[in-house]
Amino acid sequence: MAKAKNITEFIIERDERRCIKCQACVRVCASDVHSYDDESQELLSDNSRCVGCHFCEDICPTGALTIKRNPSATKDNAHWTRDYIYRIVKQSTTGGILLTGMGNDKQYKNYFEHMVLNAAQVTNPSIDPLREPMELRTFIGRRPDRIRYEKIKENKYILKESISNLLHLEIPVMFSAMSFGSISLNACKSLAKAAFLSGTYWNTGEGGMHRNLYPYAERAIVQIASGRFGVNTEYLERAAAVEIKIGQGAKPGIGGHLPGEKVSEEISLTRMIPEGTDAISPAPHHDIYSIEDLRQLIFAIKEVTSYKKPVGVKIAAVHNVAPIASGIVRAGADFVTIDGIRGGTGAAPLVIRDNVGIPIELAVAVVDQRLRDEGIRNQASIIAAGGFKTSADIVKAIALGADVVYIGSAALIALGCHLCQKCYTGKCNWGIATQDSYLTKRLNPDIGAERLCNLLKAWALEIKEMLGGMGINAIESLRGNREQLRGIDLTETELKLLGIKYAGEAW
Amino acid sequence: MKPKRIIIKEEYCIGCRLCEVYCITQHSPSRNIIKTYKGKGPKPVSGIYFEEKGSTSFAIQCRHCDEAPCVENCLTGAMYKDKKTGMVLHNKKRCIGCWMCVMVCPVGVIKIDYKEKKIVSKCDLCIDSEFPACVEHCPNEAIELVNEEGKKIEK
Repeated sequence: MAKAKNITEFIIERDERRCIKCQACVRVCASDVHSYDDESQELLSDNSRCVGCHFCEDICPTGALTIKRNPSATKDNAHWTRDYIYRIVKQSTTGGILLTGMGNDKQYKNYFEHMVLNAAQVTNPSIDPLREPMELRTFIGRRPDRIRYEKIKENKYILKESISNLLHLEIPVMFSAMSFGSISLNACKSLAKAAFLSGTYWNTGEGGMHRNLYPYAERAIVQIASGRFGVNTEYLERAAAVEIKIGQGAKPGIGGHLPGEKVSEEISLTRMIPEGTDAISPAPHHDIYSIEDLRQLIFAIKEVTSYKKPVGVKIAAVHNVAPIASGIVRAGADFVTIDGIRGGTGAAPLVIRDNVGIPIELAVAVVDQRLRDEGIRNQASIIAAGGFKTSADIVKAIALGADVVYIGSAALIALGCHLCQKCYTGKCNWGIATQDSYLTKRLNPDIGAERLCNLLKAWALEIKEMLGGMGINAIESLRGNREQLRGIDLTETELKLLGIKYAGEAW
Repeated sequence: MKPKRIIIKEEYCIGCRLCEVYCITQHSPSRNIIKTYKGKGPKPVSGIYFEEKGSTSFAIQCRHCDEAPCVENCLTGAMYKDKKTGMVLHNKKRCIGCWMCVMVCPVGVIKIDYKEKKIVSKCDLCIDSEFPACVEHCPNEAIELVNEEGKKIEK
């Protein structure tokens, strides 16, 4: 039997007419693809090591490098595709679970691409956002069931209802939970700074909050997950809100594992665990086996934070998502985060990432409908997450009933990520999903924060244009406004679940 | 007058050494990167010193000292302080190649051009163009140009 080799996914093409042998590619590649041979004075590339991150291609000053897909073909086979053949080759070599990073890359139906938006024509005027005020301001948290007020004199009223503390966002987009450990401190800093400057929130993930991020703490949502890493009273008090993480879209039902070699001094201090030990988050919270147990934790956190901060729960979108979300709201959560099947991760078993969970579009629609039907929609905000890639997806999710959208992968792409899905190796060339000091410095948080702010600014402008077209001047008026959506190429069941009409049907 | 200076942020230097590549290109006759490296003409010596140890690296250029030892020790006045800009500059025509400047430079950023024997190479903040090439092309903004008050100058 032939010896099993590394599978060559990419071919590096070097244009010898352009290559000036400056060796920048040799110095920057963390996968050791490129090397310089002193004897022949030639640059060599080991294609089998290339992960397709495109860092060398970007850094090459003369554009001499092109990364191409390996054209070496297996016989065309609709069932046994190259991907599945090589999975078996890998596993029969290693005998292990295949790991991967980032979000689901399989071709599940993208419902956002089967929904179209409305625009105002004749019977109601569209609005030009460049000339007229347009509001994207959004609040997250519990709204009272009714408003009680007292009239003191003519045109003078006092609000009698006590309103809980709400999170205040200038744009209905937040950065989703990515822990210090899964991503570098520079990546955390970029996200935190951008959230701080753009008037939105970032999420610490289950990694505690590093002391260098304290200046951005007022814009932080802190997470409590099954490992309880880095959780203490100050951690909860410092933040704007607390999120209990039950599950994650990329790996519902699976815990986390930060290998010991990544647990450096800084991570050990932040996570409050010994240096060099594996940080293992169990699959379930071992103190939460029911909605009643969850209620205990929610109120324990509320007690600690003197009922001043919204407390939410994050779950993965699974088959029973609507009843679970209803239970979570009844347990006292101020917001429910739902992470769909396309949600990203730093490391997850490939089969889990690609096969477990349901798309976020359907989950948001059914959860919003369920909470409305039960008359408890006002008690909690819905945060949607999992593979949002354009501002149009955000508008559609909000029309389906989400309050806010979390972006993770999109934010990392703004920081340089090229979705090579090798986060779990800890050798991220872009300095994002790594703790190697040689690699983390590649992400300058000043540049990172600027790029993220630009992305949010651009999306805000696009969202305003779309709203204006519909004749709506505040994002609040779009929330759950499913009449603005029409389905294309969807079945009866899909339309029913999404709660939208087919294109061509009038109001 | 204090000159503009290039400051180093070694925490963001990724060690690609592109600053050197662009310095050489900028000081070549053609200013074309491929022609400079692959053409027949002589290649200039870069005015940048690149230092690296472990995962720490940085590029350092002439600091344009207020009281520059290289200027004080130059026998012929080839190394001089420009009165207008405060920059330390080098007049190749007057240089006799005694390399005293190399000996006395406190940061060690003056390079000997062995090919042309008598001439040294040092940073001139790309005086011929609008903006220093190394700062402009640093992919991670690990070197920045600052004005007299230490404020960052954007291109």
